[in-house]
Amino acid sequence: MISYLSSLPGADNPLLWILGVPLGSAGFLAVLKDWRVATWVNVAAAAITFASSLLLLEIRPVPTRLLFIDDFNIYLVILTAFVGMTTALFSAAYIARESEANHLSDLHLRFYHSMYQAFLFTMLLALTANNTGVMWVAVEAATLTTVLMVSLYRTREAIEAAWKYFILCSVGIGLALFGTTLVYLAAQPVMGDGADAMAWTLMMGHAHAFQPDLLNLAFVFVLVGYGTKVGLAPLHAWLPDAHAEGPTPISAVLSGLLLNVALYAVLRFKMLISANGNTLTPGPLLVMMGLSSLFLAAFMLYRRGDIKRLFAYSSIEHMGVITFAFGMGGPLANFAGLMHMTMHSLTKSAIFFAVGIITQTTGTKRIADIRGLTASHPVLGWGFVIAVLGIAGLPPMGVFMSEFLVVSSTFAREPLLAVPLALGLLLAFGALVSRLQMMAFGTPSPDARRYGKASPLSNALALTPLWVHMLLVLVAGLYLPKPLVVWFQSVAKLLG
Amino acid sequence: MPITQLSYDMAHLIGATVLMAGFQLLYQRRLFAVLNTFAFQALALAAAAAWQAHIQNAPHLYVTAAIALLFKAMIVPVALHWLVEKLGIHRTVETAMSIGWTMMAGVALVALSILLVLPVTANAAALTRESLALAMSVVLLGLLMMITRRNAVSQVVGFMALENGLILAAVSAKGMPLVVEISIAFSVLVAMTLFGIFFFRIRERFDTLDLSDLETYRGDRQ
Repeated sequence: MISYLSSLPGADNPLLWILGVPLGSAGFLAVLKDWRVATWVNVAAAAITFASSLLLLEIRPVPTRLLFIDDFNIYLVILTAFVGMTTALFSAAYIARESEANHLSDLHLRFYHSMYQAFLFTMLLALTANNTGVMWVAVEAATLTTVLMVSLYRTREAIEAAWKYFILCSVGIGLALFGTTLVYLAAQPVMGDGADAMAWTLMMGHAHAFQPDLLNLAFVFVLVGYGTKVGLAPLHAWLPDAHAEGPTPISAVLSGLLLNVALYAVLRFKMLISANGNTLTPGPLLVMMGLSSLFLAAFMLYRRGDIKRLFAYSSIEHMGVITFAFGMGGPLANFAGLMHMTMHSLTKSAIFFAVGIITQTTGTKRIADIRGLTASHPVLGWGFVIAVLGIAGLPPMGVFMSEFLVVSSTFAREPLLAVPLALGLLLAFGALVSRLQMMAFGTPSPDARRYGKASPLSNALALTPLWVHMLLVLVAGLYLPKPLVVWFQSVAKLLG
Repeated sequence: MPITQLSYDMAHLIGATVLMAGFQLLYQRRLFAVLNTFAFQALALAAAAAWQAHIQNAPHLYVTAAIALLFKAMIVPVALHWLVEKLGIHRTVETAMSIGWTMMAGVALVALSILLVLPVTANAAALTRESLALAMSVVLLGLLMMITRRNAVSQVVGFMALENGLILAAVSAKGMPLVVEISIAFSVLVAMTLFGIFFFRIRERFDTLDLSDLETYRGDRQ
């Protein structure tokens, strides 16, 4: 068996599988007519991608001019493949019920599955690309695929959300390309013409000789450009709409994965800037944007009436915290930022899984119409309670750990900055808990008839990813394995 | 071919033409005039790319020039023209800001990009420096156009003008790999089909393409 596996093409380079499987299945799913089969092909493809991403732990491919794997992106690749797999599983149950309620035609479903895999492909390509240009193309393609999925329901709101998302992110991405060109211009006199001057692995070694002023200008464009996609205030306007109007599995991957990928792009450029040494320090910029996102989102959380928008704003809040942590820099804050990225991905996608089932069960997205979930649907309700308390930052969940690390590392170095940070976190905590109380307890609201009753099997299928994610977050909060800590620390050093 | 005074002047001239078209876009009041001006800008961009291909001795830039010529200067304007007629969109352009103020803002943006780019590129070749300042001006003017126009078609044109500026920057960067240019063109292609779908969908639901009609639904349903 083992020898058979090793004779497969690309056995020595899991990257070919990680990128090839989603790309191939995107094409295959585009022509597959039966959506029931398609949901399972989708799950299988995502599972194979995840399995191949685990192989990266054993086999580290040699960097080429096109693709590379280092300590930093390997964990984002595995995280992306994992959440991609669990979301595909959730999506299988979600889509079945949507289809029963006649919300989506067969053609739309075919399109949806194909785009889902295409989206995974573009994100994985952006993470593994060893060329700033290829990375840019991948992020642009990720935008296009998600725009199409956000507009899937064809309602007035969905079209407006998709249009807003498209226009804002296209401009953001345009500015990022300008930044990318400027970085090339900074690298070209040192490294010569051609692809070498765009390769991350090669640029890092020569960064000290790049012209600092040009890098400064470039970083501003990159930060504004990719920052739009991260959803940093004041460039966040697209995010709540896009999360609220698309199908819920898409909200889960948007929040859990795409924002991380965009932030990864910003961090790569930050590493380059830090390696130069003579530029402005990117830290204060990131700290400011992080704090403003945190505060804006924390206040906005109080006035939300729509359950998906509520958690979209919570994503802005957490991306703010993560950006803040990386802006502070240093081994401890970077460690906290990396950990918070992971914890936020897992918890937020779990919340969106729960929200998907809730909106299908109650037939509404209005928070005011959702009541008493723990009484009417105990497994779902309590899963939701745990996940929301997790994201709000209650111990012993992993999010608490990473937030605690961010606050304490800030306090040790800049006590004055720690005060607004802690205040923002508390504000957001209050908003989430008060909303949660309304939804989870009290007299249960009646279930909607529109969707019919879900079979126990489909219920179990939809709930499994939620509980798996929460279990992981809980374990991470209580105990991180030693090798993982060591490895997180080494990446934190890499980030400077 | 070594970079002579002539090649430098030509590059400068063509780049300035692209920028001038960017200014022209700001004051057009009729939609078809906007499309024609955009076509002219794309034409100038094609010339700029071809000239860079010639002086840098980089044949792959001719491909970029051809894409700009065929796709952006011909297919896109014609397709948008057809779309405007087919959908019966209003032929006049509503602006959010008066033309005078828009032009003033445009001049300020060009001054800003020159002041910003020239000092930081002191060590780069003169050719690159000035092209970059021009390209950045075009990008900012495209952005300005997107902000000041209410009509969806002219916003899209503003976005494409912004992209023209990006390509101008990319072709002026000596030896920037082909992969980027092709991919830009490809993304624009994909983006256009996307726009097409969007227009039809918007048309299905609304009577106009005016974006202010789309903004009835803001924020939240409480």
